[in-house]
Amino acid sequence: MPIVTLTNVSKTYPSPTPGGAEVTAVDDVTLSIERGDVFGIIGYSGAGKSTLVRLINALEPATSGTITVDGVDITSLSERQLRGVRGGIGMIFQQFNLFASKSVKANVAYPLKLAGWSKADIEARVDELLSFVGLADKARAYPDQLSGGQKQRVGIARALATGPAILLADEATSALDPQTTHEVLDLLGRVNREQGVTIVVITHEMDVIQTIATRVAVMEKGRVIEQGDVFDVFSAPQNPASQRFVGTVVKGVPSPSEAAALRERHRGRLVTFSFRDGDSSQAQVFLDLAAAGLDFELVYGGINDIRGRAFGHLTLAIRGDGAAIDRALSAIGARVEVTEIAQEEAN
Amino acid sequence: MERFLELWPEFWKAALETLYMTSFALVLAGVLGLVIGVLLYVTRPGGLLQNAVVSALVNLLVNFFRPIPFVIFMAVAQPLARVVVGVGIGTTAGAFIIGLAASFAIGRIVEQHLVSVSPGVIEAARSMGAGPLRILFTVAIPEALGPLILGYTFIVVALIDMTAMAGLIGGGGLGAFAQIYGFRQFEPVVMWAAIVLIVVFVHLVQVLGTRLARKVMRR
Repeated sequence: MPIVTLTNVSKTYPSPTPGGAEVTAVDDVTLSIERGDVFGIIGYSGAGKSTLVRLINALEPATSGTITVDGVDITSLSERQLRGVRGGIGMIFQQFNLFASKSVKANVAYPLKLAGWSKADIEARVDELLSFVGLADKARAYPDQLSGGQKQRVGIARALATGPAILLADEATSALDPQTTHEVLDLLGRVNREQGVTIVVITHEMDVIQTIATRVAVMEKGRVIEQGDVFDVFSAPQNPASQRFVGTVVKGVPSPSEAAALRERHRGRLVTFSFRDGDSSQAQVFLDLAAAGLDFELVYGGINDIRGRAFGHLTLAIRGDGAAIDRALSAIGARVEVTEIAQEEAN
Repeated sequence: MERFLELWPEFWKAALETLYMTSFALVLAGVLGLVIGVLLYVTRPGGLLQNAVVSALVNLLVNFFRPIPFVIFMAVAQPLARVVVGVGIGTTAGAFIIGLAASFAIGRIVEQHLVSVSPGVIEAARSMGAGPLRILFTVAIPEALGPLILGYTFIVVALIDMTAMAGLIGGGGLGAFAQIYGFRQFEPVVMWAAIVLIVVFVHLVQVLGTRLARKVMRR
């Protein structure tokens, strides 16, 4: 059974100007998140992803639809009951949102005090959490003495304090440099693997999804326009917006302008071969081309790896007899997706 | 100078009156102002305990009383002083009225500093399941404490300023001393003695407040 289910969920806000149209932040979203998943939600700013994640821990009430968390329909709960639900869901933020007036230790202890833990238990748990995130030596420090990455690690320790089953990460790495981003993502990966915490990652960076997520939903204008296994979405995005996101980390089929630039520099027919895990190997394609007596060079593209499964797009400039090329391409096309970008120029 | 030495006992009596009125007013205005400020903060739209009616009422109260010039407010508040502290004139009545007048200003200062606490931090506490009162006392006020101390320091200086006017209702203090024995009797030394002591008071309060705030904010 999924740990989080959203069914036809919408969230509208009253118009910011009197008499204007109301704003729909989340529009009829249905999705389910399985226990143990790292579920990525990607979209540009304003796509509604931050609102969506706040519906899951009821920081914002949904306007319509049902949301179940761990089998409980949270849309029917009172504010007091919701506080209990929130206690079982950790959350980390882009701006970390640590309590500046409290030490690292007191920050991590805060949710435990809320949950009514004894002083001795809190002490032990805080020590355990700080060693888990690698900040045991910073217990007495204050947030403004920490780097961004350290702050987020404190945020993670604080969010995990009461042992929640779900961790919501709202653009948790967007304020960090690439190196620190990967350290924090590694930590989140450990949280998922070692503690079995289901993680919902909100981001506008496809790189984050590629690094950590197992499933992904793409949001645009409040709607989920595509969702599925990360490998499927990355290797064959169905939607223009998804294609744009995938294009930020994967060199796919060259766009017309890129094709024109390649045309300038390379002779021959430009053909893109799209490989997916389980399809014919690249070696076989190159062997086929060589066997047909064709001359070719790799001009664009790359092979990507998502959790051990490879996919990618390679664009080749192929030179030789036209009919021989056609024969080779149709043979290869039976096993690999082949896209002809540009014909040989008639010169 | 001789005249000042003659007035030595009156001078110290006035100094003690100023200290008494300032501390009395600070305690009263500190508590009342905190209550008003917290009410303004929690009931505002989007606040922890959003409540349009209470918010409008408290705002009306503050906006009605705060603009009244203190010289006039003293006269207006005399009947109330009679009810609460038993007398309408004298040092205690002066202190009470100063405290009352200052609590509206403190209310605004408290509200401002609470509002400037990052909404993200409040949201973080909500996300952990904290209730509104819990958030107010364990997050919002502690996070705003440094600036609040500076705000209170600022107000103490204003309170000392107000005590100088308490002479009008027989409150005494250094302000009245400077007026009566210095200004009106053409005794600049006497007047300046009072001024210097007031400046010393203000300076001490400012140093203390800044230090305390720095300690709380750790910078």
